[in-house]
This record gives sequence, structure tokens and C-alpha cells, in this order.
Amino acid sequence: MLDVADAEACFHCGEPVPPDGTLSVDIAGRSRRVCCRGCQAVAEAIRGYGLENFYRYRDGVTPKPDATDTGPDPALYDDPSIQEEFVERLPDGSCQAEFILENLVCPACCWLVEAQLGKLDGVTEATVNYTSHHAHVRWLPDRIPLSRILGSVATLGYRAWPYHPDQDARRLERERRGHLRRLALAGLLGMQVMMFAFALYGSGWATAEAHYREFFRWISLFLTLPVLAYSGAPFFRRAWRDLRLLRPGMDVPVALGMGIAFLASCRATVTGTGEIYFDSVVMFIFLLSLGRYLEFMAGKKSSERVASLTRILPAVATRLVGGGREWREESVPVARLQQGDTVLVRPGETVPADGCISDGVSSVDESILTGESLPVKKSRGERVIGGSRNIDSPLQMQVEHVRQATLLARIHALLEQGRAERPAFVVLANRIAGRFVLVVLLAAAATAWYWHTVAPGRWIPVTAALLIVTCPCALSLAMPAAFASSLAALMRHGVAVVRPDTLERLAGATHFVFDKTGTLTRGTLQLAGVTVTGAAGRAHCLAVAAALESRSEHPLARALLAAAGPDRAQAAAIHNHPGEGISGMVDGHRYFLGSEAFIRRAAGVAPVPELLQAAGSKTLAVLADDSGVLAVFRFGDEIRPGAADLMQRLHGAGRQTLILSGDSSGLVTHLTRELGMDAGWARQTPQDKLRRIRALQEQGARVVMVGDGVNDAPVLAAADVSIAMGSGTDLSRASADIILLGNSLHSLAALLEQSRRTRTVIRENLVWAGIYNLLALPAAAAGLVLPWMAALGMSLSSLLVVLNSARLAR
Amino acid sequence: MNIIFLLIGISLVLVVIIGIVFFWAIKSGQYEDLEAPRYQILMDDDDTTAAPPEDDNQ
Repeated sequence: MLDVADAEACFHCGEPVPPDGTLSVDIAGRSRRVCCRGCQAVAEAIRGYGLENFYRYRDGVTPKPDATDTGPDPALYDDPSIQEEFVERLPDGSCQAEFILENLVCPACCWLVEAQLGKLDGVTEATVNYTSHHAHVRWLPDRIPLSRILGSVATLGYRAWPYHPDQDARRLERERRGHLRRLALAGLLGMQVMMFAFALYGSGWATAEAHYREFFRWISLFLTLPVLAYSGAPFFRRAWRDLRLLRPGMDVPVALGMGIAFLASCRATVTGTGEIYFDSVVMFIFLLSLGRYLEFMAGKKSSERVASLTRILPAVATRLVGGGREWREESVPVARLQQGDTVLVRPGETVPADGCISDGVSSVDESILTGESLPVKKSRGERVIGGSRNIDSPLQMQVEHVRQATLLARIHALLEQGRAERPAFVVLANRIAGRFVLVVLLAAAATAWYWHTVAPGRWIPVTAALLIVTCPCALSLAMPAAFASSLAALMRHGVAVVRPDTLERLAGATHFVFDKTGTLTRGTLQLAGVTVTGAAGRAHCLAVAAALESRSEHPLARALLAAAGPDRAQAAAIHNHPGEGISGMVDGHRYFLGSEAFIRRAAGVAPVPELLQAAGSKTLAVLADDSGVLAVFRFGDEIRPGAADLMQRLHGAGRQTLILSGDSSGLVTHLTRELGMDAGWARQTPQDKLRRIRALQEQGARVVMVGDGVNDAPVLAAADVSIAMGSGTDLSRASADIILLGNSLHSLAALLEQSRRTRTVIRENLVWAGIYNLLALPAAAAGLVLPWMAALGMSLSSLLVVLNSARLAR
Repeated sequence: MNIIFLLIGISLVLVVIIGIVFFWAIKSGQYEDLEAPRYQILMDDDDTTAAPPEDDNQ
């Protein structure tokens, strides 16, 4: 039952073995075929270390070790100046450090690395966390150098990068443990209290005999006390803070309700008369803690997404010193790179800083930043972004921005700043919740007074239930929980949302304005068509034109050269007329290439007018010789893939699409027509754009501005939502609400879809929370809600909001 | 029914023990990775004779 593909699969990596492949490795007493030397080496290393069991337990196959992908030389990490960045020296002489492991695909990989490290002499502790892909290693530096530890990981086909945990990550981890502890205590003791409560609810022996009842009540009291004091402490603390600031938040009624219920129960226990509500109190604290824990985890995930941006930069770079032919390589910590340094990035390495390629051609994987999975080809003169990965061949680059000035760090700072700004919706939600709390407190006072006069025995449970059941937790969670989940999902698509509340406004926008044609086109001219008018063929005309332009850097020249291909004629006596055209001798003939006016003047011939008209809006170049016009070349800016699709989507959703561009009218009308956009205005100054946007807004439009985000800051600020898209380092100067790192219209489409979903979820949350609170308040005031129902209802309503929002993270 | 006092006493002692164990578990990071350890228990560090399962149908 074995098909051919399976039989031919490499034992290690699962890729097909080449037909002429003869490599094999002996594992568990049998010879197995492998596809390449890399896999063979890794498999033999695994066998050599006695870890063949790995193959028994792994899930699926192991990634192919990349022969070129050696990473930085592990010996670098023995340098004390590099080690001081991430290695912690312990008082007993050993060292410890955290590493990020790449290529971990299944838990068996963790075991493999752990087992391998554990066998090394001098390593005292090695644990690998599969969830976070972190390895924690402790070793004795006088017994084993760090480079050997890393080297032995590398022989298994994994790569280890030093990891610097930042303050934020440590704080989050500490908080997470605190949440878990509070949850555990409330759950554990809560179960005991519930058990006694059930015995007391019934009418069996426990309630019949007074001394059992007494005993159960006292035990419940003592079990509730630690829950209230430890798990409930954060609620009381925040309530106290709110009261001191005279700004009642939602913790005030919660704490008050819990406090009243607890104190009343204590009194009942001491005096032996009245009801006890310990079970409601512990259940409430448990469910509330659960809700807060889930909310915290969603927020943690989204902030870790942001934080992970800064951790991509490597710790070590290879700097080239010297000049001319005498380059010398030296390893330096990335923290010490300077602007202007020349750096060598080997295949498989991560680009350490933003810069410009000074030598070499290679494809670069920018997926971490842009979400774009395909590598991008980069050559001399092009920019590379720190954090992207070099794939096939070595690159030399000139460092332009380091550390805090890199695009990565700037985007991180922008996002952090956006998070620190307390978005408008949070302010609004808090204000509404604050007012609502005031209403609740007043209602509680009135209810307490009413029941005290009507049925003195019942005022305590009714008031406590009212305070608890009407807590506006769900209401105030409705938006932040949805945004937190959405941001994490968008980050995966290469969309950085600086101001989260704009997501909701984006979904309600009516007009999409593109402020540059460059956002819809590729931005490079390409030969769109050739019309041959003379006796010479198309290929000949192209060859001649390319020969004339072979040394020119003009955009039209590049487009011609790209279209002509590698074989071209030789031109001599080239004479350049800047801004007009070029003339020169090819094969003994004089040719002219340039604008229509230039041809008319220099060659003395006039192109046929119909030819020019046929070209429409496109840019033209005319090739002529002394006898007449030979060909007309038309150039166009290619429309980006996805643009037409995006417009269709926008129109389908009833949105207006406009172009407000500073470019010439030809390009704008061409684009407007080609993409079926609603309107296009060319030659707009920033003031014009601002005026038009204001005019649209006065008519009730909600305007989204899509541009490169660099210029026109007032225009962007005037729009309801501004989206910056563009590639590379330009984005670091962007001032926009949302940044598309991918420079692709697909991520814009994903963003729109996500914003729509976010709005739906927010609405569901708000409607649900609103209805819940509106129903709960009168019901509780009428005395229909018992304290345990209140605890359950309130907690479930917020849990529902958190879980509903979590759907957005997918 | 006086046995109930003894039983409840025992259950409270157990709760305290469980609580202590749980707090220790959180502190020592038992809840940080919920994936890898379940495989670790299966993998015997010195058993290298077993054949991998992929092999059974060849």
C-alpha cells in the first residue's frame, strides 16, 4: 500500500529523493534513503548521539537542513563582549541564557534538543519550551564553551538565537502567574464552600441539627476569607482607588456587593440567625477572575505580537573593514554598529540593520515585517530592512539606520505610542461605565431602603445581588476585547494598527481616497506597446532603441532595456538632449528617439497624428531616422495586482473610490477608467486635497485616505482614517492610523474584511451587554435575583463578550 | 454522625496540601508549556533499538 512518492521520500525531511540519489543512512538497523548531504549529516548526527528515538516520536517530517544556512559562526558567541548582552552569570560560576530555537516543528524536536544538550559535559540544565520555542540553558563556562553548545544544536538542523527578554515580557509573565494563582485559590476553596452550601440548601440532617449547621457555617466563613483576601484583593484595591479619586468605576459595585454579602454572612454566622451567601461570594470571585484571566491572555498575545518585532534583529553582525580589495571581516555586536558601516550578510542570516545593498544580488524574505510569504529579489542600490532574512547569496550592505532608528524599532515605537495614548473609545467607555455605576449605586441605595422598610430580612441579599448583577464589566469589555483580538490577527497579515479605534471607523467609511497613483500602480514604467510604422520590424526597432538608451538611467530607458532583452546592437556617437530625446549611430545609420516635438525638430519628420491618439494617456517615445518615423513606443505604469479586485470589493460594498493625485491628468484618467473608480482629480496640491476632503466630509462622507503616509500630514490628519502603505524605510516616517507593512493591496483587502468583522463583533457585544444590564437592573431591584444567580449571570455575560471577541483572533 | 468532623478535617488538610502543590507548580513554571512534556514521558533516553513506525510498510 505504498505509492511511489512515499517510497522515494527522504527519511529525514520527507522531500523526494532525486532519482540518481545514492545517499543513505543507517537508522535502527536499516538503511534509509535521504535526499541530500545535509539530511544525511543531520540524521547521522542524531544516530551518533544515540537519539534515534526521535524518528519514532516526531510528528510528520523534520524541516530540511539548509546547507547554505549555517547562521553566524557559533565561535562568535564565545566573545565576552557579545556574551554580556544576553548571558547571565550566576554566583556559583555557571552561566545561563535563553535562546530562541528555529525550525522546531513538533514536541519531539524539543526532546531531541533537550536530550542532546543534556548529554554534553558541562551543561547542567537544558529545557526547551515548545509553546514559546525558547530554550533555557545553564552551563559551566570553564567546562564547555557556549559555541560548542550552539554548534551541537546546529548539527541537529536547528538554529539557536540569543534571546533578550525585555522588561515588558517579564512583567506580563509575572502577571500571568498572579492571575493563575488567584484563579486556583478561588477555584479550590470555592469547591469546598459550594459543598457545604449544598448540604445547607437542602433540608436534611445538616440543617436539622443546629450544631452541624453552625459548624458548616463557620467552616465556610474560614474558607471564604482567604479567597476574598487573596483572589478578591485586586477588585477591592481598584474600587478603593476609584473611590479615592471620586471616579466610580465598575469595580466599586462589585466590591461593594461582595463586601455586603460577606459581612452579612459573617453576622449571620456569629449570631446564628439569617442567611449566609459565602457560596455566592466565592463563585463570583472565581468567575470574575476567570474572565479577567481570559481578557489578560488576549491582551498579552497582542502585545507579544508587537514586542516580537524588536526581537528579530540578530545579536551579532559581520562588519567589513578596510577598503578596495582588502576587506577584512570582523564580528561586532549589533548594538555597536554605526551608520555607514559596511556589513556582510551571509545567506540564511538576518539583516542586522536598515541599509542599502552595496554589492551582491539575493532574494530576501521580508515576511516577518510584511506578511508577504514570497521572497523579494534585491540587488545593488536597493534597500533592505533590518529583520528580513537573506536567502540565497551573500550581500554586502551599507548601514543606514541602526537600533532605535531602524524601521522595525520605529514601527514598534509607533505601536507602543498608540497603545499608550488611551484611545478615544476607552475614554468614552469608561465615562459611560462611570455614569452607569453611579446609577447602579443610587438604585442600590433606593432598593436597600425600600426592602429594609418592606421586608427587613431581605434587603441584604437583594442589594448584594443588584450590585453584582449590574456590574457593567461586559459593557466596558465590549470594545477593548474585540480590538485586542483583532490587532493580533492583523499583525500576522503585515498590518500594524497604530490607533485601534480607527478599525471601527474604517468599517463605516463611505469614501476611499487614494492620494497617490503609486498606491495603485507599481510605480515603475513598463513598455506597454509598440506600433511599427516603417519597414523595420518590431524586434529591430526595439534593438535600436535599446542600443541608443543603453547608458541612460532615464525611467523610459530602463523600461526599453528591460523589454529588449539581452541581445542588442552597438550604438556610437550618442548625443543626449536632456528632457527631449537622444540620437546616435547604429550600424552606420543615424536614429532619433524621443518626444514627438524632438523628432519633429531634430529628425525633421512628423509622426502620424492617429498614432499619437491611439496611445491615449500613456507616455510616448518616437523612434525615427532621417527618412521617417519607424515606431512609436508606449509606456504605462502597470496596475498593481489586486487593485481591480479591491475596487470591485469596495464598490460591491457601496463605497465610493476616488483618486486625489498630484500626478498628471493622463495617468489619473487612465487609472480611473481602467479600475472603474468613481472620480479622479489630477494635479492636486496638498491644499486642494485638504479642501476636497473637507468638502466631502461636510456632505456627511467618512473619508479613508490611503497614501504613502509621508507627505501631506495635514491631509492625513483631516481624513477620518488614514492608511499608509509603501515599502521600506519610507514607512518609518509615516504618520497614519494604520500602516500596511506589506505594501500590497491584498493586505488592504484583509484589513477591510477584518475591520468589518471587528465592527460586527463590537456591535454584538454592545447589544448583548446592554440588553443584559437593562433587564438585570429591574429584575434585581424587584428581588427576583438571588445572589448566586447574580454572580453567575454577571460573570457569564462578560465571559461571553471575551469569548465572542476571541473569534476575531483567527 | 460525629465522623463528619473528622472527615471534614481531613478534607481541609487535603485542600491545603493541594493548594500548596498547585502554587508550587505555578511558581516552577509547570503551566508554561503544555505540549512537549506529554511526549517526553514516552521517549526513553537509552532505548535505541526500536524501529521507527514509518518503516513498517516497506
